[in-house]
Amino acid sequence: MSDTQSHYTSPTFAGPKAGQPGRSFADIPPVKWARANLFNSWLNTALTLLLIYFIVKYAIDLVSWGLINAVWEVPGNDTRACRDIRGIGACWALINEKFRFIMFATYPYEEHWRPALVIVIFLALYVVSAMRRFWNRKLIAIWLLGLVAIGVLMWGGVFGLRYVGQERWGGLPITLILSTFGIAIAFPLSILLALGRRSDMPAIRVMCVTYIELIRGVPLVSLLFMASVMFPLFLPEGVTVDKLLRAQVAIIMFAAAYLAEVVRGGLQAIPKGQYEAADALGLSYWQKTVFIILPQALRLVIPPLVNTFIGLFKDTSLVLIIGIFDLLNAAKTSVNEPAWRGFGVEAYIFVAIFYFVFCFGMSKYSQDLEVELSRHRKR
Amino acid sequence: MKYLGLVAAGAALMIATAAPASAQQSTLDAVKAKDFVQCGVNTGLPGFSAPDSQGVWRGIDVDVCRAVAAAVLGDANKVRFTPLTAQQRFTALQSGEIDILSRNTTWTLSRDASLGIDFVGVNFYDGQGFMVPKKLGVKSAKELNGASVCVQPGTTTELNLTDYFRANNMEFTPVVIELLAEVTGAYFAGRCDVYTTDVSGLASTRMAQAPNPDDHVILPEVISKEPLGPSVRQGDDRWADIVRWSLYAMLEAEELGLTSKNIDEHLNSQNPSIQRFVGATGDFGKMLGVDNKWAYNIVKQVGNYAESYERNIAPLGIERGINKLWRDGGLMYPMPIR
Repeated sequence: MSDTQSHYTSPTFAGPKAGQPGRSFADIPPVKWARANLFNSWLNTALTLLLIYFIVKYAIDLVSWGLINAVWEVPGNDTRACRDIRGIGACWALINEKFRFIMFATYPYEEHWRPALVIVIFLALYVVSAMRRFWNRKLIAIWLLGLVAIGVLMWGGVFGLRYVGQERWGGLPITLILSTFGIAIAFPLSILLALGRRSDMPAIRVMCVTYIELIRGVPLVSLLFMASVMFPLFLPEGVTVDKLLRAQVAIIMFAAAYLAEVVRGGLQAIPKGQYEAADALGLSYWQKTVFIILPQALRLVIPPLVNTFIGLFKDTSLVLIIGIFDLLNAAKTSVNEPAWRGFGVEAYIFVAIFYFVFCFGMSKYSQDLEVELSRHRKR
Repeated sequence: MKYLGLVAAGAALMIATAAPASAQQSTLDAVKAKDFVQCGVNTGLPGFSAPDSQGVWRGIDVDVCRAVAAAVLGDANKVRFTPLTAQQRFTALQSGEIDILSRNTTWTLSRDASLGIDFVGVNFYDGQGFMVPKKLGVKSAKELNGASVCVQPGTTTELNLTDYFRANNMEFTPVVIELLAEVTGAYFAGRCDVYTTDVSGLASTRMAQAPNPDDHVILPEVISKEPLGPSVRQGDDRWADIVRWSLYAMLEAEELGLTSKNIDEHLNSQNPSIQRFVGATGDFGKMLGVDNKWAYNIVKQVGNYAESYERNIAPLGIERGINKLWRDGGLMYPMPIR
């Protein structure tokens, strides 16, 4: 170790020579950094070389599998070309053939522009909501407008659009609907629950604690099963609630319980002085909560909140167990057809990209938001 | 609180769009009123019910639903499909969420008697069989003494296997693997001599996953009975009749040689059976409570049983076998339409 170190510092080996114009190879910043961090001992050098070997090897494998040897197109449903290169090259012909099924599932084929537009509207709503200058009453109006547009596009039945029942919805719009409404409704609900849990009124406190502990104590899968299998039996015969709505409510209930505990964490982190100061100003309970406590509490819990949001976004894929074609289930079903069986990896990689983009977007935005909202502390 | 209101409003909206079938109303009246048949199908079992690349449901179970829609509403496309998992299927039928359950469901006494549902017929006779590599030279399941058998655990398949070998005084080594993809993979990799599951599953596995399908044979022995068929809610006999006779109409059409292509030429046929079938004579549709051209609509829009089979099951490499008509040596025996 000391040996290598001395080499590094030794001017005869690589160090800068006084008065010499230009810089030697070892002075280029990345090289300097690499020598200081990656090759500073024989053990580190060995590990670095080993890692480089594996990274390069797998990168080459991945590129040759995913790009060079991949099959991009097959005639019709004749997948022999794909089967011949199984394990050597990817069969992107699957995505080529099943792209629209994975994106929109059983939505009528000739009406696919409608859910496609819905995805665009959702994305636009996310972008608008992310911009701070829209954080006022206008945002509510924008959302209402957006939701009406989404409803009209998905259901149709007006403006000459063909009616499409919820049982035919699927793919990415379902994932976005379930997670957007899941978050948008569960979040306010969770604030009420968290406040209720810290309330002085015993009845409310007991109710909230019971709800949170009960829902948190069971897996989401069992809630979804309850919603899809048990709940219909309690309804009078002939009255049915749509499967999608039942799943949506189950997801909201589940998310609300988890988020409530996150919010409670924030509430407890606020110094008692803040509550007392608000009381001293003569603010009512709601004024105190809305203007003093919540803004500070929620800012504190942005990381765990977003953590839960991201978890929820991915949890929506569990609806596959009750036969709803969300993005993941559509991908899974697309490789069910005998001709395409065995190309699950390609389908899963494809949907993984979507999940990653959305989750990474949320994570990145929350980091920026955190910096922005805690700017006052850095001054 | 206003969010709860929003949820409630949404719920009310969706209940309204779900067009409830009231308890007093018969299923037939409800279906006619809402103008579509709600049909419970498998979430994805190729050949029986699975969405294709365009998201259109296809399969023989799906065709049963389309046939009922053609008979009752005159349009085979007036069907809405509810994809159901195995756990959900009976509840969906009991609670009135669907009008017909057509989801490769085995007709058994316990299901028929205790679940509040009625099976109306069989549209596919399945059964457990064995697949072996051709190079082993095995011709009959009776020659499998001492074989290692790939099987999924916890299913009736495993129990049937044990029973069969015990009954025939043979030994076997089970290779028990939970996941379908892995158990078939193990078989094709040569980890066991025999793979056992339902014959339809064997055939589609051989077709889709075998490196060379011709290297594997399905032995003639079928060791269990798996009659798959549609079912309806118990207590609505009229609706059960309609679904039952829609199924028979598809089989009867095959027997009479009527197909979706040629039925129009037979509209003025002198054959009394065909006259009755297309509704030229007799009031058979009226007796069922549907249009007299009900059977014509089924064949014209959906096709006869053979057409449905060719379209959906044959591409999986499954031969007609016991699903042939009775006169061809199979089990399909439609009751006479007269």
